[in-house]
Amino acid sequence: MSSHEHHTEHGVASPEITFAHEPAPNTKRIWKTFWILLVLTIAELALGLSHYAFHLEGFLLLFVKGAMIILSLCKAVYIVSIFMHLGDEIRNMRLTVLVPLLLFIWFILAFLWDGVAWRNLRNRYDKPATEQQAVPHDQHKPKAD
Amino acid sequence: MSTHVPAGYKWWTGGKSPYNVSYGKLMMWIFLLSDTFTFGALLISYGTIRVSQNYWPDPNHVFNAFPLMGHANLPLAFVSLMTFILIMSSVTMVLAVHEGHKRNRAGVEKWLLWTILGGSLFLSCQAWEWTHMITGSHAVLVDGQIKEIGATITQNPYGPAVPGLMHDGHAVTTPGPVGFGGFFFGITGFHGFHVFSGVCLLVLAFVWTKMGRFDNLGHYEMIEKIGLYWHFVDLVWVFVFLCFYLI
Repeated sequence: MSSHEHHTEHGVASPEITFAHEPAPNTKRIWKTFWILLVLTIAELALGLSHYAFHLEGFLLLFVKGAMIILSLCKAVYIVSIFMHLGDEIRNMRLTVLVPLLLFIWFILAFLWDGVAWRNLRNRYDKPATEQQAVPHDQHKPKAD
Repeated sequence: MSTHVPAGYKWWTGGKSPYNVSYGKLMMWIFLLSDTFTFGALLISYGTIRVSQNYWPDPNHVFNAFPLMGHANLPLAFVSLMTFILIMSSVTMVLAVHEGHKRNRAGVEKWLLWTILGGSLFLSCQAWEWTHMITGSHAVLVDGQIKEIGATITQNPYGPAVPGLMHDGHAVTTPGPVGFGGFFFGITGFHGFHVFSGVCLLVLAFVWTKMGRFDNLGHYEMIEKIGLYWHFVDLVWVFVFLCFYLI
C-alpha cells in the first residue's frame, strides 16, 4: 500500500490536489469565527425584540428588518467562507459555487413583487373576502360617530 | 491560503484537478448548491404568500413560550437557545474536521460526539416547539363561536384580536392566514429532516472513525464532506431563523 503512504503525507484524498482543509495549525480562527457569529446573532435578537418592545412602524420597522437581513447575510458569509472553507479554495471553485446564487436576486425581487401585486389586486376587487380575513390597522380608521 | 498557486498557472490544460478538490467534495458542493435552491424556493414562496396578506402574525407573539416556564411571556428566548445549540454544533464539527486533518483519531471521535449531541438537542427542542404549537389552545372566534384551537397546517389561531372580547382572561382573536402553519411546519420540518439526516451521517462517521477506516485510508476527507453538509444545515437555519422568527 505504498500509494496510501504517499497520501498520508498530504492528508488529502489525491496526490494531485494541493488544497487541504484547516490551513491554520491551531484553532484560533475557528473560535474567533464562533464569537463573531454569536455577537451577530445577539445583535439580530436585540433588533428582533426591539420592534416588539417599541412597536416600531413604517420606515423604522423596515430599517430594522433590513438590518436583520444584512446581519444574517454576514453570518452566512462567515459560515461559508471560514467553516466550509470556501474562502480557502481556488477562484475556479469559489466562482462555480457563488455565481449561480446571483439568480436569487431576480428570484426574490420577482416573487415578492408578485405577492404585493396580488395583495393590491385583492384589496381593490375582492373586498368582502379580505375583510373577513383581517383588516390592516392603518387602513381601518374608525369613522367619527 | 494553503494553496500556493504560481502566477499564470493553467488549471484547465489537463493532467490536474481544475478545482483543486476531490470528486467527492466537488459533488457535495454541487448537491449543496441544488439544496440551496430548494430551500430558497420554499422560503421565497413563503415570502410571496406573506406579503400578499394584509395581516401576518408577529413572531414575538407566536414564539414566546419556554419549556417549564408555563405561560410566561418570553419572546424568542427558546429559538435563541436552539440557534445557539446549532452554532455550537457547527463549531464542534469544524473542530472535528481540524483534528481529522491532523489525523488524530481520538480528537475526531470526541468532537463528532459533541456534534451528534448538539444535533440531537436541536431536534429535541424542535419536537417540543412543534408539540407546544400544535397542542396549544388559543381562544379564536370562528363563525361567531369561540373555539380553542392550536396551530396546524389547516388552522392558524394567531389572527388579529377581536376588540374588547375576552375568554378566560385571554383576548379572543380571529383566525390568521391559513398559510402560516403550512409554511412554518413545512419549512422547519424540511430543515429538521436535514438535521436528522446529518445526525445519522455523523453517527455513521463516528462508527467508521472508531473502526479505523480513515486511518487505513490515510485521510479523513469523509469527515470534511459530512462537515460541509452539517455547516450547510446551520447555514439554512440562519435564514429560517431570519424569515420565521425575526422578520
